[in-house]
Amino acid sequence: MINASLKQLSAALAAKKLSAVEMATIFLDRIEKFNPALNAFITTDRAKTLAQARAADESRKVGAGGTAISPLCGIPLAHKDIFCTRGWRTTCGSKILADFVSPYDANVVEKLAAAGMVTLGKLNMDEFAMGSSNESSYFGPVKNPWDVSCVPGGSSGGSAAAIAARLTPAATGTDTGGSIRQPAALCGLTGLKPTYGVVSRYGMIAFASSLDQAGPMAKSAEDCTLLLNAMAGFDARDSTSLERTPEDYSRDLDKPLAGLRIGLPKEFFGEGMDTDVRAAVEAALTEYRKLGATTVEVRLPNSGLSVPAYYVIAPAEASSNLSRFDGVRYGHRAAEYDDLAEMYSRSRAQGFGAEVKRRILIGTYVLSHGYYDAYYLQAQKIRRLIAADFVAAFKDCDVIMGPTSPSVAFAFGAKSADPVQMYLSDIYTISTNLAGLPGMSLPCGFGNTQLANPMPVGLQIIGNWFGEAKMLNVAHQYQKVTDWHTRMPEKMR
Amino acid sequence: MSLSLEDVTRIALLSRIELSAGERENTREQLNGILGFIEQLQAVDTSGIAPMSHAVDVVQRLRPDIVTETDRRADFQALAPETEAGLYLVPQVIE
Repeated sequence: MINASLKQLSAALAAKKLSAVEMATIFLDRIEKFNPALNAFITTDRAKTLAQARAADESRKVGAGGTAISPLCGIPLAHKDIFCTRGWRTTCGSKILADFVSPYDANVVEKLAAAGMVTLGKLNMDEFAMGSSNESSYFGPVKNPWDVSCVPGGSSGGSAAAIAARLTPAATGTDTGGSIRQPAALCGLTGLKPTYGVVSRYGMIAFASSLDQAGPMAKSAEDCTLLLNAMAGFDARDSTSLERTPEDYSRDLDKPLAGLRIGLPKEFFGEGMDTDVRAAVEAALTEYRKLGATTVEVRLPNSGLSVPAYYVIAPAEASSNLSRFDGVRYGHRAAEYDDLAEMYSRSRAQGFGAEVKRRILIGTYVLSHGYYDAYYLQAQKIRRLIAADFVAAFKDCDVIMGPTSPSVAFAFGAKSADPVQMYLSDIYTISTNLAGLPGMSLPCGFGNTQLANPMPVGLQIIGNWFGEAKMLNVAHQYQKVTDWHTRMPEKMR
Repeated sequence: MSLSLEDVTRIALLSRIELSAGERENTREQLNGILGFIEQLQAVDTSGIAPMSHAVDVVQRLRPDIVTETDRRADFQALAPETEAGLYLVPQVIE
């Protein structure tokens, strides 16, 4: 049961082999047993979860009033704690929102609830999604279920650890610079960041609005397809939501890969990638060639500039977005202050953690008088060069592949002393966010250079704009002939 | 360029983040480390390149000017640190 695909869980519910209440109980019991060691969940609420499960059982029994029952009805999932959930605490991993109970649901939460999915709880994350190791959460770090001395990646580290430990069959995540794909890689999962604008940002606490995008995280591409079908779609309440004809992202899943052209960016296969990661990625490419694909070298000459450009643009947007946390309407307010200015600055100093403060300060600086052109505008121009590289590369290929992360999961503390070293762990993922492209990570083997346990390696697939169905097809065909995505940590059984 | 302690104090003021005297030096070092890293962008020739301000080129959508939300003042003010008679309370600003 805990290793079943969403399709299998759906079939079990449809055949009445077990109820949604029984299914939710299995996972709630696992959360109770394993979460103390992993810290993947910030909030659980058994009564609320079981009430949702009972409602799902009822829908399956009486039907949904003429409309078809979603295949997801009754299946449990958990939300990254960046999504507002009415009646549940939504903390964004921050002290400043530690007691915030949202008065409304995010669009993604509404849509998955409308499909009948049952919420198991809210998942830990780097504070305001700023981090690549989950060490910046106010609620403490999340442990990697494959080796609890290692980070799970970030910022959706709670989502990744919970799925890897089979505490939930699926989870939501968000990806501003790699926050779905990098933890998916480090925990051995499949995760997809859609094209910017495909999934609504309404009710998703903003970090960098021109880069933030929500997406599914699960065991397989097939699971992600079912989730994306339920999550995607136009929403008038998000001003950048795209008005497009709804798609069935499963339509191409079973297409053979003969003739597929895979672009391999020269810049992604140079120095900087660990040898065990390289070996696993090369082995995956060999598998793809067996499936009939051909590989071609492509160039992304400006991709080396993506991390520095991102660390101008993302903090700039964050400094503006996070100005709303002022201790007036919601969130933490300092206990003592002499005047309004001190109330703002002290509440924010107490409420935000070190990394969030650093990014607000950097963002404020690059937007300030005299530096705007030199930093912010220059970074936006480089962003266009990076996007143009992809336009050129996609003339010669259908998808781009490479590593998701330069290394397997690293030990706690290994990169936390030097912010720039931490930023560089997203070197292969950030350029897709800058360009607005879809990207995914899927497990392709194990590496273990210095660590006691074998650790998962992620293969990254970057698709063309709106190429989600193609990417899911490419990932699914690989998962039909490999079993990396079915592996789970033995200690979590 | 490298930030001085005065620069850090000014940026912290603009950011409305209180920094203690003890935090300033450490913050200065970390910010200078990050600025040193992003400095490499200055060497790139971007003449003639239009800035890309967003991930997709779409025009801001307009909507009809009609009321779409219901009044939930009580729900929203229940979250506030301090309210009175439907108003948010802050320290006195005008004497």
